[in-house]
Amino acid sequence: MATGDAGTAGELTRLTAAQIAAAVAAGEVSAVEVTQAHLDRIVAVDPDVRAFLHVAGIGALAAAEDVDRKRAAGEPLGPLAGVPLALKDVLTTKDMPTTCGSKILQSWRPPYDATVTRRLRDAGIVILGKTNMDEFAMGSSTENSAFGPSHNPWDLGRIPGGSSGGSAAAVAAYEAPLGIGTDTGGSIRQPAAVCGIVGMKPTYGGSSRYGLVAFASSLDTPGPLARTVLDAALLHEAMSGHDPCDSTSVDAPVPPVVAAARHADVSGLRVGVVTEFSGGGSQGGVQARFTEAVELLESLGAKVVEVSCPHFTYALPAYYLIAPSECSSNLARFDAMRYGLRVGDDGTRSAEDVMSLTREAGFGPEVKRRIMLGTYALSSGYYDAYYGKAQQVRTLITQDFDAAFEQVDVLVSPTTPTTAFPLGERADDPMAMYLADLFTIPSDLAGNAAISVPCGLAPEDGLPVGLQIMAPALADDRTYRVGAAVEAALQQRWGGPLLAQAKELGETAGETR
Amino acid sequence: MSITRDEVAHLARLSRLALTDAELDHFAGQLDQIIGAVARVQEVAAEGIPPMTHAVPVVNVFRDDVLVPCLTPEQALAGAPAEEQSRFRVPRILAED
Repeated sequence: MATGDAGTAGELTRLTAAQIAAAVAAGEVSAVEVTQAHLDRIVAVDPDVRAFLHVAGIGALAAAEDVDRKRAAGEPLGPLAGVPLALKDVLTTKDMPTTCGSKILQSWRPPYDATVTRRLRDAGIVILGKTNMDEFAMGSSTENSAFGPSHNPWDLGRIPGGSSGGSAAAVAAYEAPLGIGTDTGGSIRQPAAVCGIVGMKPTYGGSSRYGLVAFASSLDTPGPLARTVLDAALLHEAMSGHDPCDSTSVDAPVPPVVAAARHADVSGLRVGVVTEFSGGGSQGGVQARFTEAVELLESLGAKVVEVSCPHFTYALPAYYLIAPSECSSNLARFDAMRYGLRVGDDGTRSAEDVMSLTREAGFGPEVKRRIMLGTYALSSGYYDAYYGKAQQVRTLITQDFDAAFEQVDVLVSPTTPTTAFPLGERADDPMAMYLADLFTIPSDLAGNAAISVPCGLAPEDGLPVGLQIMAPALADDRTYRVGAAVEAALQQRWGGPLLAQAKELGETAGETR
Repeated sequence: MSITRDEVAHLARLSRLALTDAELDHFAGQLDQIIGAVARVQEVAAEGIPPMTHAVPVVNVFRDDVLVPCLTPEQALAGAPAEEQSRFRVPRILAED
């Protein structure tokens, strides 16, 4: 176990969140030392990875000092006290900017903390800073960030996924053991898969949207990113629970996710392979690793059957009507009047002109596309043919899930059809970009629980592949149970975590790019 | 169903986006492609299937009628692009004529 001497600063960044919390609680290392080690790591590698938009060193060290003081005073500490975290820049923070990766909110400082932010602070978790993302969480690569893309720690020339790509890259690059993302169409699971880490979309309403800058309100769900299934479960528990400030928050106990992650037993569990997502639609190496993962589950005692969900292939088109429709309404709040950018206010222009000029200057191309697409889908004459039909398809997808979960306890598929693609490859091809979320969208539309865990490297490119495990709403614990079993068996096979197979990032501030 | 450049210009006006001519050209082709792809929902969305607006069916969420602290005027105005007399200053909202 690491102690506080100088040689261990590097080791501290390799520990899991559970190990850090235990070491801090036992007094083997101080929260300040842990935080400083991660801040040093950020200085060393973030010029290459570019996971963070804002690093809050002073605030982080103050939060860590507070944990150390409480420990010294004998006050009770939470299970993640003193553990550093990377927070997606879509959740509001009183003491840090919140930009959503957009010029329209550049340097905006919210007057309040999101509920998730507040719960992290209350748990003694140390927020290191705010991470990069696709603008307003619209994208699958972080290339839609107004502040430039983040880079995949496995290969700096490739995308880290999105929209929570900054948080995923930070966790995979050992800049933080924990990250918070938000999932609307796959924005936690897809970056987790392509960065070789764990990412979980909780049941919709299980984690609060208060202070989460809205993209598509009926879908947006904050959730954890981590390097182990147990760490993700610990963060899931710390951030979740009913919130009266979010009227769609579920008033039910948080599912026993930590116990499930420790249980890690799938014997007798019924696992369904989604027929529509296991055919030829994926890259060869993705399909190969997925097939192996299914065989592994069977060898661990799970009963595997194939289950058809015939409407899942309509999830993508339904999503690209529903999410843009909600976005066109939600983003109307960026009107240049109460906060954010204002352009062209010369004393003669009207409020409407200023609004149009500001939104033109402040939004990037993908946000503009989606606002117009949503405006189209909601306009009279097209509403029934597009938005209305998409809502019906949402019902069909939920019915597919309901029927499947009568036969099986969980469903599995690859998380993404391909491994991380090169930066720039799909940047101006929206339809190609949208396909990255093909397998993750159904769980968002139905609002149920789904996790991505690493299941190996694709032989053709040596890049990580994710296994997606889907469970019914409020049965989040099942995904952790299966994910932890797969993780334990695969790590035994690999001789350690998958991430250990990534080549070391040159700790030489910016020289490699 | 295809979408014309003029229709995109109309959508941009409705969306309060002062798009450039180059953007209109670019987005018209892309939106046409996307709308063509998403129209697939019409293949399966038959009559009688109820629409689903939300993942969790919750209705009438009330809270107790108790006072809770809210933002001070200073906090509310802290991010304003322009303020005057403790209010948001906005450009003119009515036309001259």
